[in-house]
Amino acid sequence: MPARLERTNDFVVLFANVNGSGSASANRTFARSILRMGVPIGSRNIFPSNIQGLPTWYEVRVTEAGHRGRRGGTDLMVAMNPQTWDKDVAGIEPDGYLFYDSTKYLPPSKFRDDINVIGMPLTEICNKQYSDPRQRQLFKNIMYVGAISALLEIEPAVIEKLIGEQYQGKDKLIAPNVGAFHIGRDYALQNLKGALGLKVKRADKVGDKIFIEGNAAAALGCVYGGATVAAWYPITPSTSLAEAFARYSRRLRTDADGHNKYAVVQAEDELSAIGIVIGAAWNGARAFTATSGPGISLMQEFIGLAYFAEIPAVLFDVQRGGPSTGMPTRTQQSDILICAYASHGDTRHVLLFPCDPRECFEFAAKALDLADRLQTPIFVMSDLDIGMNEWLVPPLAWDDARKFDRGKVMKFAELEAGKDFGRYLDVDGDGIPYRTYPGTHPSKGAFFTRGTSRDRYARYSEEGPVYVDNMERLKKKFETAKKLIPAPVRTDAREATRFGVVHFGSTTCAMDEAIGDLENNGIRLNRLRLRAYPFTDEVIEFFRNHERVFLVEQNRDAQMRTLLLDTGLVDANKIISVLHYDGTPITAQFIVGEIGRRMQELGRISIRRVAS
Amino acid sequence: MTYIVKPKLHHPKLKQNALGFTHRDYEGKVSTLCAGCGHDSISAALIQAFFELDLEPHRVAKLSGIGCSSKTPDYFLGQSHGFNSVHGRMPSVATGASLANRDLIYLGVSGDGDSASIGLGQLAHCLRRGVNMVYIVENNGVYGLTKGQFSATADKGSKSKKGAGNQDAPIDLVSLAIIMGATFVARSFSGDKQQLVHLIKAAIEHKGAAFIDCISPCVAFNNHPGSTKSFDYVREHNEAVNAIEFIESKAPIKADYEPGTVALVRQHDGTYLKLKKLHTDYDPTDKTAALAYLMAHQAKGEVVTGLLHVEPEAEDLCGRMNVAKAPLNSLNEAELCPGSSALAKINAELR
Repeated sequence: MPARLERTNDFVVLFANVNGSGSASANRTFARSILRMGVPIGSRNIFPSNIQGLPTWYEVRVTEAGHRGRRGGTDLMVAMNPQTWDKDVAGIEPDGYLFYDSTKYLPPSKFRDDINVIGMPLTEICNKQYSDPRQRQLFKNIMYVGAISALLEIEPAVIEKLIGEQYQGKDKLIAPNVGAFHIGRDYALQNLKGALGLKVKRADKVGDKIFIEGNAAAALGCVYGGATVAAWYPITPSTSLAEAFARYSRRLRTDADGHNKYAVVQAEDELSAIGIVIGAAWNGARAFTATSGPGISLMQEFIGLAYFAEIPAVLFDVQRGGPSTGMPTRTQQSDILICAYASHGDTRHVLLFPCDPRECFEFAAKALDLADRLQTPIFVMSDLDIGMNEWLVPPLAWDDARKFDRGKVMKFAELEAGKDFGRYLDVDGDGIPYRTYPGTHPSKGAFFTRGTSRDRYARYSEEGPVYVDNMERLKKKFETAKKLIPAPVRTDAREATRFGVVHFGSTTCAMDEAIGDLENNGIRLNRLRLRAYPFTDEVIEFFRNHERVFLVEQNRDAQMRTLLLDTGLVDANKIISVLHYDGTPITAQFIVGEIGRRMQELGRISIRRVAS
Repeated sequence: MTYIVKPKLHHPKLKQNALGFTHRDYEGKVSTLCAGCGHDSISAALIQAFFELDLEPHRVAKLSGIGCSSKTPDYFLGQSHGFNSVHGRMPSVATGASLANRDLIYLGVSGDGDSASIGLGQLAHCLRRGVNMVYIVENNGVYGLTKGQFSATADKGSKSKKGAGNQDAPIDLVSLAIIMGATFVARSFSGDKQQLVHLIKAAIEHKGAAFIDCISPCVAFNNHPGSTKSFDYVREHNEAVNAIEFIESKAPIKADYEPGTVALVRQHDGTYLKLKKLHTDYDPTDKTAALAYLMAHQAKGEVVTGLLHVEPEAEDLCGRMNVAKAPLNSLNEAELCPGSSALAKINAELR
């Protein structure tokens, strides 16, 4: 007989389902019910590039401590997919639990001796209750939620309320769903009482936090930041960003006459999408596109044009596993170099690295300001982990006094007053010239925008000195960017240390957790979270001030390391790369293990216990 | 190389239009194309059309791709903003620009390499979306800037300057435009300025995607015997279906022509197109018939010109998308940002 895992508000539930079976909304109701009980969760979809039939998993990490990363391992497996049964059963922690549909007999060889098995004849109950095959499938999902929530002691009223909210407007669906929920719940209370050692106990650790996907948050940031034109081509994992922008805009951006104060174009490809963005921004609208690695590859030529002709553009790169089609439904941070140096010739681009959905919101609005101010493409480097999963984050905030920074735009009055207008003239010494919107003035301020070399007054020229003058100004402008981009976030260890760790983006949640575990192991690290490229002096200083710096990335080739070394100011020997790139989000366990091992190799530390 | 600047002085008695502008106000820089290039004639026709329509030059945005044709927007409407974008991608840039400010006039200038080869996809999608613009292809069947390679509009069997024969089937841009849903489709010839100016004027006034395929011989690489895009060939095989005149009057015009010889087409904005029918059986509002006619005459080696297809009551992209009447680029914080109270509501829904 296996022992029983006894845990309250600290365990991992994994739902194994078949794609397209309607499990997603039931699982989501389950996740939100725990939040409503005041207990934080970290949730992740693990899904295939498929609409129906392939395996899909939904992981809920119940964590009163508020960890946002994955923990690794499964304490309760809800095994609803026969295709993945063996793998799912194998993945359960010893003394953990397997919940399954016991309608059909399974031989003992299909189970494990060291786990606790909880069977419920779900199909049998459903078939008895419903005659319609689709209903049998759909209600089975909410029925297992009923059973599991009962065993976990989640308050039924919480779930009833969630079902009511979910089907608001489709009210006739509420009663049957609540009914199915109670069938599952009642069965568990009568037949499975005490079978599960895992419990959810009401707490007050959620507060006013919200549960939101990075893509939805980024889309809201675009609405708040004043984007009016969005052009995109469907690609996982960025699609929901464009769709959320359309959805929120429909709700928030319709004028008194019922007209749209926005335009969303689903383009024929990514080349067209970025072309539309550039055309709109050239003409004075705030515009963005959302894509992923393959889209960025296709957009290269246009990105070079926007850089050289100095046209604002905002690109969301919701990164996935590359190269090529790669792992389209898995996460990575592997587009750093292609974005930083996008297009042929000498180019450099501003990158922002949000660490969670809240920063997706903030950086989206910020990117629109930066694009206008710097008159150049701005990349928001999200990834699948942030973009397509709901995260528990502080509520989104907006200061109503905030103004859009539309950058240097010369208007009719200035032109009329005779102010000198040179489209590529650096009047303020910051490398940023003035621009005019088309149609501003009948006889002044018009210019010809082109990707070919030109002089300060936008006149075509292939003269060497004229070209160099322009390229040097663009370099100066990139320096100016350093003063405008989000600063890195430094958090020092409680005691002085000569070791540091640098990380960025979705790694942050795992790092938040790892840093405490490392400290428990006697490894003290000062942390620097990168939030943007180009690198400011603070970043360079961090490397100067430490003997060794761990650089944690979710790609194979240590792309951020390459970008740091390219400054010529960082000593390569100081960097120890910690790389995780199998497509799953990096975990605290992995970081602690890797850093612990490397510290041991360095002879700096004797590890008492590496990772828990 | 820099451009030669034209002197600003001009004859005091130059004819002015209703806005007080002269022809010179619609000109641009001195062309750097080859002497006799058909494209320069198209630029001249554009200048005349905008002048005669009394349009303010700065309310026009000129967009192009890459190639000889795409250089021409620098040679007319010097007071307009121009955008020489990337090869074959002008349509997407124009689409974005037109969404940002629906009040300007958008003129896209492209070539057969730009629009029929590298940019065929963007051409097709721009037309089917109904971007409110004039899209003119200066079609010479050849790559000029790279010295004489066949383009995708070169006819099968036509000969290059060096004597090589083209083996590939040609892309007929006007048929494609009709199929793709362009609501104004015309073909003209750079050597027939009168026809071209009228077509351009009508295209500017058309609300929706107005496409003009203008055969424009390349004097350097495609004006020899054996070419089907030479001045001589097009003159000999030009088969105009109608003669068009653009009428600004919004009042219905009494037709005092012989029945069946003239058609008045009322446009979306209330203006009229007067079509003098050279082929009495040709109806440009009948898409199916237009396509059949084009194919039949193309098979005979004829170049059909004129207004080939028009949907007078067309709706453009901004209309279809229900875009606000005020230009999107003019909206400010108050109009665009929903504010903190709306955000509080959204936050509440996400708990």
